[in-house]
Amino acid sequence: MGSVWRLLPLIMLTGVLPWSVIADEPIFPRARGERCVEPVGVMRRAHFEFLNHQGQQTVERGIRIGRHSLAGCVGCHAARDQNADWVPVSAPGQFCDSCHSYAAVRIDCFSCHRAVPEADRAMGN
Amino acid sequence: MAAGDTSTLPRRELLGRASALAGLVVSFAPGMRLIDLAAAKPDGEAASAEVRWGMLVDTTRCVSGCDACVNACATEHGLEMTDRPEIDAQWIRKVDLIDEDSGKEISLPVMCQHCEDAPCVAVCPTGASFRREDGIVLVNQHTCIGCRYCMMACPYKARSFIHINLTGQRTHSPRGKGTVESCTFCVHRVDRDREPACVEACTAAGHQALLFGDLSDNEGELAQRLGEVQTQQLRSDLGTNPGVHYHGL
Ligand code: HEC
Ligand code: HEC
Ligand code: HEC
Repeated sequence: MGSVWRLLPLIMLTGVLPWSVIADEPIFPRARGERCVEPVGVMRRAHFEFLNHQGQQTVERGIRIGRHSLAGCVGCHAARDQNADWVPVSAPGQFCDSCHSYAAVRIDCFSCHRAVPEADRAMGN
Repeated sequence: MAAGDTSTLPRRELLGRASALAGLVVSFAPGMRLIDLAAAKPDGEAASAEVRWGMLVDTTRCVSGCDACVNACATEHGLEMTDRPEIDAQWIRKVDLIDEDSGKEISLPVMCQHCEDAPCVAVCPTGASFRREDGIVLVNQHTCIGCRYCMMACPYKARSFIHINLTGQRTHSPRGKGTVESCTFCVHRVDRDREPACVEACTAAGHQALLFGDLSDNEGELAQRLGEVQTQQLRSDLGTNPGVHYHGL
């Protein structure tokens, strides 16, 4: 709460509270790789549209390239626990869950889709 | 019969002659090569209606008691058996038949027959049960509501319903409770120019009872074989025109 008082002059000037003061932002593990498949701002706003589109392209038309693969998200965004075991991206506090529980979004993708990478088993074997 | 599907013949013949003239590799434009008249599809290209994927099951080579194809399917798609066999997924199963008159015994795998005129597609209320351009019949699990009309409609009992929450799915084969599923001809492999897992396993087991390929490619091994041996489609009286053909029934 202390920080709100320190920001009081600013709030009185602008009439808004800085986001991070109103509520704690979602915290999630760091992703692997240099950068995301789209600029972060675009990803935050439109990742579900990309995913829906790519899912449709793959299932209906068999198109298997494209940046917005769900398996790809899992590959970069899944984290390991202290024992170096993979934690599902959909588990509480993990990447996909963090924002979603914050924003009261519920997705069912991971009732079917594997939520951890499958690096130890080569594709198709 | 699909073996005699000649709708694409003139074009294929033309291409065939063109490639004979130009050698094995015909270059049309930079980045576009016709390496093989068989139906290899680059990852990024949509499934094409010029291809019809199909299979020939040679029951004279299929061995009773061998379930290499069934096991390979289960491994490929992460189909785990439970202690309730009545709800276990069955994408492919082995059937042993005995002709009571002659005593002749045959063994054969039965899976989704990838019908041209598929009853499962006709009855689906959401369009989730569909036939891809290249003849592979699939369930779009993003739009399947689990009503199971397709299971009732399928004359081959080829589809399963997922009754329980699943864990440990394979990355390339998402599956989940409340939807219907069946043999996909391993689309995830076929789209990358690989054979279905069952075919690979049958060959590896030394039986070579399964041959996968493009029914509309007259130069291809599958169509050639279909031209040489006598084959039958299961329940051909129903007019579904399956993509799977059987020899030796
Ligand atoms: C009932 C099971 C099921 C659910 C739930 C589901 N999917 Fe899928 N999904 C599939 C299947 C099956 C495929 C096809 C895989 C193939 O053909 O290789 C697929 C493929 C995809 C693909 C293309 C493959 C990849 O990894 O990129 C994307 C993208 C996708 N789904 C996104 C989603 C999203 C987003 C959700 C949640 C909103 C979701 N799916 C929920 C079953 C499911
Ligand atoms: C090659 C690895 C990689 C892949 C694949 C990937 N990401 Fe990312 N993603 C990152 C990295 C690294 C970041 C950190 C921000 C940055 O520098 O781009 C990030 C950031 C994000 C963010 C913004 C998080 C924030 O800070 O608010 C979202 C949302 C996101 N990714 C979603 C996805 C989704 C959804 C997919 C699948 C369609 C995906 N990512 C695929 C590496 C990846
Ligand atoms: C930076 C925060 C953030 C991260 C990280 C994030 N999401 Fe989201 N996601 C959202 C928000 C916010 C919405 C709701 C947007 C709306 O409804 O306008 C949403 C919506 C979705 C939806 C659509 C849900 C629906 O009912 O329409 C899908 C699918 C989805 N996210 C998938 C994912 C996946 C998969 C990941 C992990 C790879 C992920 N998201 C990571 C913030 C995030």
